[in-house]
Amino acid sequence: MAPRFESVQSVRDGLKAVNYLADDGIAGVAFLADRLGKPILVEGPAGTGKTQLAKSIAEMTGARLIRLQCYEGLDESKALYEWNYKKQLLRIQADKNSDSWSDVHDDIFGDEFLLTRPLLEAITAEEPVVLLIDEVDRVEVETEALLLEILSEYQVSIPELGTITAKQIPLVFLTSNNTRELSEALKRRCLFLHVDYPQMDREKEIVLTKVEGITEMLADQVARIVRSIRQLDLKKSPSVSETLDWARTLVLLGINNIDAEQAKETLHILLKYQSDIAKAAKELSVD
Amino acid sequence: MLDLLSGFIIELRNAGLPVSLTENLDAMHAISHIPLEDREAFKYALGATLVKNNAHWRSFETVFEVYFSLRGPEYKIIDGEAGEGSLDDFMQQLQNMSQQGEGSGGAGGMDALTPEELMNILMNALLNGDQALMRALAKQAVQRFAGMEPGRPVGGTYYLYRTLRNLDLDGMMDKLMDATKQQVGGELTGLEERLERDEYNHRIEQFKQEVEAEIRRKLVADRGAEAMAKTLRKPLPEDVEFMHASRDEMQNLKKALQPLTRKLAAKLARKRRHGRKGPLDFRNTVRHSLAYGGVPAEPKFKYPRPAKPELIVVADISGSVAAFARFTLMLVYALSNQFSKVRAFVFIDGIDEVTDYFKKTEDISEAIHRINTEADVIWVDGHSDYGHAFEVFWDKFGKEVNPKSTVMFLGDARNNYHASQAWVIKEVKQKARKVFWLNPEPRSYWNTGDSIVSEYGTHTDGVFEVRNLRQLEAFVEHLV
Repeated sequence: MAPRFESVQSVRDGLKAVNYLADDGIAGVAFLADRLGKPILVEGPAGTGKTQLAKSIAEMTGARLIRLQCYEGLDESKALYEWNYKKQLLRIQADKNSDSWSDVHDDIFGDEFLLTRPLLEAITAEEPVVLLIDEVDRVEVETEALLLEILSEYQVSIPELGTITAKQIPLVFLTSNNTRELSEALKRRCLFLHVDYPQMDREKEIVLTKVEGITEMLADQVARIVRSIRQLDLKKSPSVSETLDWARTLVLLGINNIDAEQAKETLHILLKYQSDIAKAAKELSVD
Repeated sequence: MLDLLSGFIIELRNAGLPVSLTENLDAMHAISHIPLEDREAFKYALGATLVKNNAHWRSFETVFEVYFSLRGPEYKIIDGEAGEGSLDDFMQQLQNMSQQGEGSGGAGGMDALTPEELMNILMNALLNGDQALMRALAKQAVQRFAGMEPGRPVGGTYYLYRTLRNLDLDGMMDKLMDATKQQVGGELTGLEERLERDEYNHRIEQFKQEVEAEIRRKLVADRGAEAMAKTLRKPLPEDVEFMHASRDEMQNLKKALQPLTRKLAAKLARKRRHGRKGPLDFRNTVRHSLAYGGVPAEPKFKYPRPAKPELIVVADISGSVAAFARFTLMLVYALSNQFSKVRAFVFIDGIDEVTDYFKKTEDISEAIHRINTEADVIWVDGHSDYGHAFEVFWDKFGKEVNPKSTVMFLGDARNNYHASQAWVIKEVKQKARKVFWLNPEPRSYWNTGDSIVSEYGTHTDGVFEVRNLRQLEAFVEHLV
């Protein structure tokens, strides 16, 4: 199969065209994932654009995005495939008299009776797809094993049907908030990408592209204040999405130049814990 | 290339990173797709395939810098004279500066500058955030101040210290702030001042890194990559020993602690929820059988609800083990919702209860700070006296130990040859559910000198060696 991307730079440019500002690491790993045909495990604090990365790559390559949201208790029948039990029953009842048993037996375990779930769907799709397995750290360790076959071989084995191999190799993203250590087996099969809070310059760029009607000066101030706040020892540092929310708020309020008072009044958009807000407010006004 | 890469991977393993064979192969594949001239891309290609844990990234970076550092004649350690390449660079930079009317003129290059002029240029570079100039200055500073000699068996930190001492970066900060005030003309508001300060801090930090990198490059050129990697090898955050951690490592430990508590809490909660099913719940089964006309079609079971333990932490906070006590208290309090009740006592030779400090504030580090400053733990001379502290503990709080409580003693049991009063532990053991002793010293040091850990240990349910985060994590998991 032809590679999707020409070079690392082309990934960056492409992502920029769909309003996602990638740094060298992000673009480089995306490029490699395509060339090596390996999934990417994206890890990092909440709200730094992990899910958005997969969406943006899908948009950029014009591929369909198939998303599997993970949660505790996710199982085979929700992630891979399930037999359409009711339809099978109907089929058996419909020709109760005519067919011999062996015909029916072969028949009811065919493609027609198979309900595809996200993973199988990504494999069987004809057109290019991006598969996003979101918050993979939420499933139990045992369930992780479900993913292993599809991640390394791009195939799914169904006992009644045999092995279904991918028609094309999808680009796979797994995201994790790192609430637990993922198994070695899973990590080994993936390229690892840690997405952290962006550098100040990049954050400013992000604010400028994502928030409409913001002035360069305000964006600069926003990025610098957020950087200062992130250096504090907080329960939860402001994420990129919260920075964006804050910038939007400031624009809506018609503020062009933030002073300490205004910053303090709108802090609750950036920070979600009372103790954090108090701490940040103190730091911003006193020094 | 292949040799270099396999040497690199061996060094990564030596540094403690788990690199498997398949990951090794992936790395080889990956670099075949990357233009080798692009150093950043090369680094990320290796990083993405070899490092699967963000906490290991720093170690990876250090090893990478050593193995794939820029090599060339200009990084040779030369006494006195500047290398040709860097001089040219420098002249250019200087000319740029003099065009702005701030430099001291292009003649003579950097070497001819007096230290004061050099400082001025550095200040301007920091003020404007001029990266290229900062790099050139770092080079010059190392050459001038570090006093590096080929073949001298001194570590990089020594040179770094010498260079930075001569540059007086702390004083630089104040000058920078003054200069900014002049530029703006007038006073800055509190917020502006803070932002400027952060910005300069960031730039100075960058400059320090440049200096460090420069020293490293020179050392690598002098000694070769393998030797260098060995001296720079640092333990991973989870393997850093509490008792010997530097300030930098402490910072990293603190950072590593947060995700760790989150992970542990999630794991413990999950464990609790997924306990095995208990015996048949007869009442509940009969009640549900009504829906089936009295046939007990749906058996109901009792779910065992393991009682949350009540935790009593008694920690030695004298100098030698203070860091360890601090970390354990932080971890315990971060997990406090896994316990029905947590009480904390700290002692040196006197003992004091500090539970309230944690109750009053949500911020654990502030509570720890208050413990260090306010807790009344000195009785006579401020040298550890386990015996006296335990005696007071038993007198004052002994009655609060009950069959539900788990008691943890933290300390190295170095008692300065005072009376041990080990009977207290024995009494506590009889009343409490479990008694553990955590010792931050390596096992081989136990019971040497004035350490009497086994005298206390015989009365407990177990003495654990807890030297680093990894062992602390394992213990807490065991506890709950």
